[in-house]
Amino acid sequence: MKFADEFRDADLARSLGARITAEAGAKHWKIMEVCGGHTHTIFKYGIEDLLPSNVELVHGPGCPVCVIPMGRLDDGIALARDHDVIFTCFGDLMRVPGSDGSLLDAKAAGADVRMVYSPLDSLKIARENPDKQVVFYAIGFETTAPSTALTLLRARAEGLRNFFVFCNHVTIIPPMKAILDSPDLRLDGFLGPGHVSTVVGVRPYEFVTRTYGKPVVVVGFEPLDILQGVHMVIRQVLEGRCEVENQYTRVVHDDGNPKALEVLAKVFKLRPHFEWRGLGFISQSALELNDDFADFDAERVFTVPGIRVADPKSCQCGEVLKGVLKPWECKVFGTACTPETPIGTCMVSSEGACAAYYNFGRFSRARDRERVLTKGEAEPVAVTPIAVRAG
Amino acid sequence: MCLAIPARLVEYVDDERQYGKVELGGVRRQVNTSLLIGDDSAEPGDYVLVHVGFALSAISEAEAQETLRILEEMGPAYTDEVQQIRQSEAMEVELVGPDYRTRAPT
Repeated sequence: MKFADEFRDADLARSLGARITAEAGAKHWKIMEVCGGHTHTIFKYGIEDLLPSNVELVHGPGCPVCVIPMGRLDDGIALARDHDVIFTCFGDLMRVPGSDGSLLDAKAAGADVRMVYSPLDSLKIARENPDKQVVFYAIGFETTAPSTALTLLRARAEGLRNFFVFCNHVTIIPPMKAILDSPDLRLDGFLGPGHVSTVVGVRPYEFVTRTYGKPVVVVGFEPLDILQGVHMVIRQVLEGRCEVENQYTRVVHDDGNPKALEVLAKVFKLRPHFEWRGLGFISQSALELNDDFADFDAERVFTVPGIRVADPKSCQCGEVLKGVLKPWECKVFGTACTPETPIGTCMVSSEGACAAYYNFGRFSRARDRERVLTKGEAEPVAVTPIAVRAG
Repeated sequence: MCLAIPARLVEYVDDERQYGKVELGGVRRQVNTSLLIGDDSAEPGDYVLVHVGFALSAISEAEAQETLRILEEMGPAYTDEVQQIRQSEAMEVELVGPDYRTRAPT
């Protein structure tokens, strides 16, 4: 049965690809997928191979681990190392290099750093260790922020005094605006993030259509979803429409999840500004705890360095996150920077564009395509051959 | 970390703390069900998307099965997540199926 399904899917995917090829014409299309989950699917399933060479997918900033700037990571490491706390975070964060080692290194050096699956795990650790202070390093877009909010509401209801959140939650709209305002990149439209939209709905993207005249299609995470999304963006442009469309209606409601939005508003407020890796400071782009929750706010309770740290010179994650540079165009991609020894965040998270390229070996094909597109106007990018891991 | 995984809602366990029990990847565990209201209401037997210990939204069974199939093909990104759920300390985790790593391919 599984094979029959796969055959049907492959067939459908090919016919969608053929339709896109026919309708895309000769124009060079640039469509950004905002979400790291989409990037992962695109490389895992070789979606780009089904698209004509003039339809280019540009990978966006929607990977929460990737966009955390090094200074905020150093703050977390300092919290874990210099204070007598139990420091908890998602596994993805453990190996991200700070300016002086990673959280894993801090753990090896004796800090009590624990990986958790859910903020509720951190809460449980706090409950069971009343004499210790427990910090949860919160990251994620609007998909994850309600979980932190609900955990904080729970902590307050239980009267826990030893649970703290170091909040790094970010929001999806401001970086999209920053990218649209950037002179470096000309885009024809966006594939909007599926799971973020289960929380925020589809209306927040309307400014993209109204102010910037670019279509947005909210899509799911399966290969066919993405192909269909690309087709819908192209269709809109060709038909002279510019709308926010929802391809992922089976999961995303237009108004999002009102309860999730309510708890976000109860627990968080917008930060005046927040630094993003590669995008710099963006105003009102991240969340911090409301004054009501000041006692739970690790930033107010503990002293952290709070120093802005520049990325290593060799690392070009910033350009990759903005979609200006392809992962394989980075000088250290696949040589000094690999998933085993990452220099930048895009190589650490499995949703980062660099890790996705590296793991699924699509970069060689994409590189060939780039040569065709530039038609010899530019020198081919030098890429050192590397061993490609099986996907 | 960003994955949302389909799971079958088995039962609501605690109305006050809003916990329910779900089954996913051969594991039965408790998740927070606060967000399952309005358009996202779910009854026992329905499928929900689970993200970092919270049921995010209700989905159809067909959608759930299709997504699970795709996730399994994704390999480490999915299996690492399931492994973390298995090891999660927060709420009681009962192992009701074989570990995905020892399961024969279907």
